[in-house]
Parts: sequence; structure tokens; C-alpha cells
Amino acid sequence: MIEVLTPGPFTTVQDSGRIGWAHLGVPVAGPADWLSHLLANRLVGNRDGAAALEVTAAGPTLWVDRDTAVAVVGASLQVDDEPAPTGRTVLVPAGSRATVGGTDDVRAYLAVAGGIDVPPVLGSRSADTLSGLGPGPLAAGDVLAVAPADLPPVWMLDRHALPQRRDALRVIAGPHADWFTEQARRAFAGGSYDVSPSSDRVGVRLDGPRLARSREGELPTEGMATGALQVPPDGAPILLLANHGATGGYPVIGVVVRADLPAAGQLRPGATVQFTVVERDQAVAAYLDLRAAADRAVVVG
Amino acid sequence: MRFADVGDSALLVETDGSADAHRVWSALRAADLPGIDDCVVGARSVLVVVDPRVADLDRVRQVAGTPGPETSAAPGRTVDVPVTYDGADLDDVAEITGLSTVDVVRRHSAATYLVSFLGFSPGFAYLSGVDPVLQVPRRETPRTRVPVGAVAIAGEYSAVYPQETPGGWRLIGRTDLQVFDAGRADRPALLAPGDRVRFVPR
Repeated sequence: MIEVLTPGPFTTVQDSGRIGWAHLGVPVAGPADWLSHLLANRLVGNRDGAAALEVTAAGPTLWVDRDTAVAVVGASLQVDDEPAPTGRTVLVPAGSRATVGGTDDVRAYLAVAGGIDVPPVLGSRSADTLSGLGPGPLAAGDVLAVAPADLPPVWMLDRHALPQRRDALRVIAGPHADWFTEQARRAFAGGSYDVSPSSDRVGVRLDGPRLARSREGELPTEGMATGALQVPPDGAPILLLANHGATGGYPVIGVVVRADLPAAGQLRPGATVQFTVVERDQAVAAYLDLRAAADRAVVVG
Repeated sequence: MRFADVGDSALLVETDGSADAHRVWSALRAADLPGIDDCVVGARSVLVVVDPRVADLDRVRQVAGTPGPETSAAPGRTVDVPVTYDGADLDDVAEITGLSTVDVVRRHSAATYLVSFLGFSPGFAYLSGVDPVLQVPRRETPRTRVPVGAVAIAGEYSAVYPQETPGGWRLIGRTDLQVFDAGRADRPALLAPGDRVRFVPR
């Protein structure tokens, strides 16, 4: 088991999410950056989608009661105050402390061989920070069970196998792009947006060119997809992340492609972001390429 | 019916209305196609969320586009919801509509409602079929917390709040029925799209 000595500012348990319940108003949740989550799990020999910790800004300090293999992607790591490698399988000896440092971007992932074994709710161990399903954010004194697992071989992350982060997030024109003026659509695709501090796992609020509508009226409530750029009446888009609500009522001008959701989930308050419009075929190809790159990026250490 | 890509991982099926959306939803659920993660019913749409590595969107369009009578909306269940009509906004609703509170209760409990879709929070069902006279706007200032089980109306919908959440709807009563329980894994939400609801005064 793992005991939480200090939780960090905001650390949650995330698996692949509460899939299959959105028609009942249940958010999916799951990791804000699916790629880092997947890599961390593979570095400890877990199946994709096993429950791991999503660390925001800086990490928790954890105490383990037995030899435990962990891997951190996206932040530094210390074991008993000694620097330990990240992007690599690390053995934390029984009775030792693992501390996750400041994150490289916004979110980092710590996976444990076997996976965090909190009780599943509707088939998922994810913390749903919008509606409160699943485990709450980590608190000091929490004890997390770990599913039994053999100690894995040492794996390491070959970052060169992964594509460089791009300057602009790729989007596909949204289902309601025609609700906006021609000028607004050009401003969206060519403009630069600031990431607001009031962003969280539900969505990234963006400040930049205001997007004027060519069509009045309200959108009848409809299902919302992760990556959707919803535009409320004030014209400032909100990029929906993993923990968005199941439905929404604002028109969607564009949708970030799945290959670029990891970058969207790492947008730092104060950073700027641009969007570039692509076709669906290109987006699917980019996703398949990224999955293949992830397969190559975890190598025997 | 119109189809629109929603990114590379979802397809929006826009329908002519709620009944059509329920037919499309039922057809897609019955077909159980590979690679579909979620089918989210909206007021006039179904969002089909897929794994793009697996799903065949042409097949999804085909199934959604031909919801024959044999896949018409599954005969939803009818759920009776016992209500104590003592909501904090009952007097306001009477004033806005020009009805007595007795008539507000009579009209609200006379209708049979259809679960059009769910959203806002887990188990929050948008119930269509509100008597046109009772279609009042939301409160100007939403409440920061609405109690669990509050029965409310706003515009063309009525609802029962499944959790204590903020909310701007007008509260007219309350029920003891638990409308959402994540521990009820076979049926976490009491109400699903296509079900019918009657409010029974007590």
C-alpha cells in the first residue's frame, strides 16, 4: 500500500475514465493528458488505462510499505531525498518515501506497478472532479491500496521516439462552425489565445479574439466531446478537457484532435495557444502515428 | 437527419426532435457496433463517441440513418415520483402564472412527462411535457445549493435534482426517491432517455 504523507496541491487518481455512462449525465473524467498517463503505465508494465496518479503543478510525497516499482512522466522524482530518474522504472524500497517535484508543464503522472486499487465506481477508479464520483483528491493520511504485481523489468522512455510538440493545436471544424461569422472563423484559425488561470480539468478558458455569431438563438442541449471549443455568448472559447460535462448548450466552433489532446491538457495558465484547421483523415492518421510512436518510445532500460 | 464530425472521435447525429433522437439512440445501442464508447442523447441529437482506431463511422451512419419501426424507441418504463409540493418557489410560480398554488400543483402532477435527455449532473433528467401555462423562466439569480430531491421547473422542462448542486430552476416540491445512486451499477440513474414520469402529490 501507499500512504500519502503530503498530497501536493491537487493530485487525483485517474484510469481511462468512466466510459459508457454519458447518456445518464455522467462525465467520463480520466487523464487530462492521455499520452503521459499511458507512458507512465507502460513504464511499470501495467495495462493501458490502469489507475495512476495525476499530479498538478507539484507532487505528493508517498510512503510505501513494500518494494514498489513506480514511474513518473512529466515531473522530477526523489526517493528518500535523493534524485531519482523520471521517465523510467524506479524501485522504491519498502519503508521509503517517493516525492514528485514540480511538473514540467501542468500535469505529471505517477504510475505504480499493479495500479492504484481504489474501489471502482461505475467501472472506473477515476476521480470525477466535476460531479464528485470516484475518489476525492488525495489528502494527507490517505492510504491507497496497490493491486498485486510482480516487479517489472526496468523500462525507460525514449523521448526522441515521440514527435516534437507543435506550435498550434490541430482542430477539425466544429459541428456549429456555421453559427459564426466568416470573420470569426478566420480570427479563430489565425489568432492567438491566452490561457486563463481559471482553467481546470473540466476546461481551459481562453482569452483572445472574441468570436461573433452570425446566427442568433440557443443551441438545443447536446452531447459534448473532449476537445470541443465551446463558445458562450461572450465569445471567449472554452476548450473542454477530460472532465467536461456530458452535455452542453453552446455552439462548438472547432474540436481539438485526439493526437493534440495531451498538449491541450498541458496548457499552462498565461501561455498562448493557436489553432490550425485540419481534415478528419489527417487527424486520424496523426493519432495512429502517435500511438505507434508511443509503442516505440518505451524501451528496455 | 444530418451528420457532423465532432473532431476525429465523435459523430453528431442531428435529428428532427426528441422522439427521433430516442429512435437513433435505441438503434445504435441495439446494433452494439465495435468501437463506440458513448452514445449521448441530446434534445434533438445523438453524439456518438468512438475510438477512431476501431469504429466504422459509415456503419454508424447507416444504423443511425435507418432506425426502422422494429428499433423504435424501446418502450420506456413509467416511473411514479411521489412529491411533497412545498418548494421555495411555489408561490413565485403561482404569481408568475396567475394560478393558485393548488392549480400549479394540479397542473404539474396532471401531465405525463418524457425523459428527453440527461445532463448537467449524473442522473439529472430533462423531462419534457410541462403544461404550457407552467413554462416559467429560470430564477434571475441561481441558488448556490439546491437540495437533493428538489422537484423543479424551468422553461419547457421539469426535473428532480439528483445531487446537491447549484441551480437556477424554480423549486416547487421535493421527493424522497433516490434518482441517482452510483452503487446501483445495473441502473445508477432512476430515469433513462425514453422513460415516462408521473408526479404523484402526497
